[in-house]
Amino acid sequence: MLTYTLRRLLVAIPTLLLISLVIFLLVDLAPGSPASEIPLTVPAEVKAKMIEAMGINEPVHIRYLLWLKQFFWTEPLYAIDAAFGTDFADNAPRIISYSSKVPVIDYIAERLPQTLIVIGSAYVIAILIALPIGIYSAYRQYSWFDQIGTFVSMVGYSVPTFFTGLLAIIVFTSWLGWFPSIYNTSLRVVDWASFKQQVTQMFLPVAVLALFNAAELSRYTRSSMLENLSQDYARTARAKGMSERTVVLKHVLRNSLIPVITVITLGMPAIFAGAIVTEQVFKINGIGAALIGAIHVNDLPVVQTIAFITAILIVLFNLVADILYGILDPRIRYD
Amino acid sequence: MAERAAPVLEVKGLRTIFRTRGGEVHAVNDVSFHLNRGEVLGVVGESGSGKSVTMMSLIGLLPAPPAENRGGEVLLGGRDLLKLDTRALQEVRGARVGFVFQDPMTSLNPVFTLGDQLMEPLRKHMGMDRTAAANRAVELLELVGIPDARRRLKAYPHQFSGGMRQRVMIAIALACDPDVLIADEPTTALDVTIQAQILELVKELRHKLGMAIIWITHDLGVIAGIADRVLVMYGGQVVEQAPVRELFANPQHPYTRALLRTIPAISGPREGRLKVIQGQPPILMAPPAACPFRARCDYRHDRCDRENPLRRAVDGRPVGQGHDVACHWTAPAPVAEVIHA
Ligand SMILES: Nc1ncnc2c1ncn2[C@@H]1O[C@H](COP(=O)(O)OP(=O)(O)OP(=O)(O)O)[C@@H](O)[C@H]1O
Ligand SMILES: [Mg+2]
Repeated sequence: MLTYTLRRLLVAIPTLLLISLVIFLLVDLAPGSPASEIPLTVPAEVKAKMIEAMGINEPVHIRYLLWLKQFFWTEPLYAIDAAFGTDFADNAPRIISYSSKVPVIDYIAERLPQTLIVIGSAYVIAILIALPIGIYSAYRQYSWFDQIGTFVSMVGYSVPTFFTGLLAIIVFTSWLGWFPSIYNTSLRVVDWASFKQQVTQMFLPVAVLALFNAAELSRYTRSSMLENLSQDYARTARAKGMSERTVVLKHVLRNSLIPVITVITLGMPAIFAGAIVTEQVFKINGIGAALIGAIHVNDLPVVQTIAFITAILIVLFNLVADILYGILDPRIRYD
Repeated sequence: MAERAAPVLEVKGLRTIFRTRGGEVHAVNDVSFHLNRGEVLGVVGESGSGKSVTMMSLIGLLPAPPAENRGGEVLLGGRDLLKLDTRALQEVRGARVGFVFQDPMTSLNPVFTLGDQLMEPLRKHMGMDRTAAANRAVELLELVGIPDARRRLKAYPHQFSGGMRQRVMIAIALACDPDVLIADEPTTALDVTIQAQILELVKELRHKLGMAIIWITHDLGVIAGIADRVLVMYGGQVVEQAPVRELFANPQHPYTRALLRTIPAISGPREGRLKVIQGQPPILMAPPAACPFRARCDYRHDRCDRENPLRRAVDGRPVGQGHDVACHWTAPAPVAEVIHA
């Protein structure tokens, strides 16, 4: 298992480097010098520092290496400094957002938690709903439960979140007034009241995202379970006198989860993309909103960084999927 | 003879159907047989003749729906298995009746260790703790001829060959010392040398452990080598039943005789190509009202179209005890008449 994991890890690194190069070049080679996009409102000495950090006057391969250095050296040093009060970074130049004039990483770090909290809880809820429904629908194929489940998830999966989102806002916020219409990004949960407020404002976006993802996941779970329920080993387990519970929840589920877990892990980066839409609809000031904003004002460092973070997430979750796959399936682990 | 003692298993008038979109498929039609202590009962018949469905019906292994029992009794240790609830039936499966299936490559769960799969029935039926179950599992693996057993407990099925996996399946089926072992074509998926090894193993285990065995196969050669008594099935019914020597020496049913002609002769002059029985076994959408074999039978006459023959004794002993056949012909037509190119 260790060699397997190490091998996967070694494959991930060149992948990540390649993606970073592509993202860098795409933005870098876009018409116009990156420096020319720096707004005039930026003070001259800040601009000078940014040019130094990005190496704007250097050849392209140096600029790329400087950019990587920002990610994998300078910013981690700043993060350590911030955490332990040390001074490793030694005032090294950082990439600054053109529009907000704070370091890009700080800017993103401020936005990311909102997104993670909404997406994370939506995804967890989706999994918690989808697995039992998928398992039970498969076990009772063509029952009422299964048929209703099939219908609901077809609808849930085929209607996009911006539509269900708007519908939910119209019904529950405008007509019924159950939820606040403004998402307060700066809300800090410190006590019961603020916790309640946070839950209330999160409820609709989380519900919309969760239902959408649950629809898809429950279908996957169902079909994977169905495939495995009719396998010979399930019959063997029954022939051994195992209870239905053991047959379904141990033998069949363990096999069925292999593809489902892959779908769950690989789907995580994709729901970030979905969250961009949801954040627009519910006016959540998260990473999606940051990206859209940055694109509008040509804030290249922010766009580049968010794109790269997304790429890191994709590679990371691929790695996680591979490792989970290895844990769940001995045939992979021992190849 | 052993026939006098009470049988371990007695099946009377078993009927099983499948509900399908096209209607009811009558897969098992009034099947009766018994199994004596320590005996090997061979079950032969072409693909689709209802061998597997019959045996799986005995212990409720068929998925219901679509399968449905339509009557009969399955007596094991004085209880009718068809009347047991799910829980009680689970206590019979794997404990009193062990099952070995055809395909060892898919019959084991790929994601659990062999030890885990072998210990499951031990822990459930015998109430063993982990250590006791592991020790017994090692014993069982050694019993079925797997060397280095203790280390193999941690292996996964994909690390084993087909023959080895079938040995493990046999070990699982035998784990709780069952009264009856049902082996559904356990060697069909294996190559010839491995087949022979598994056959030897089962013969040896039978003498060591003394359980009764139901051995399903297409292969009359295998039957000749292992069975004491033979049940020939066709169209979901028993068409002939006899001690193995008697069946080979004096086959009554045209179907049995046709099956026997499909065995390649090892010695003697070759009569050209191997004979095959023309046509397909029927899929019965209604309980059979006529002889199910009539469409393929060389001796068909009008009674065969009107009436499904009942099993009747051939050698004077009661049906099921000696040699019996389900055919309207009381004196079989001379074999010579049947031979045609
Ligand atoms: N799930 C099912 N639905 C409908 N019919 C079925 C089903 N399973 C089996 N049957 C029918 O039952 C009949 C007997 O099948 P069975 O599997 O017992 O044959 P078999 O003698 O074991 O053949 P084989 O030698 O191929 O294993 C077949 O005609 C088949 O059409
Ligand atoms: Mg079969």
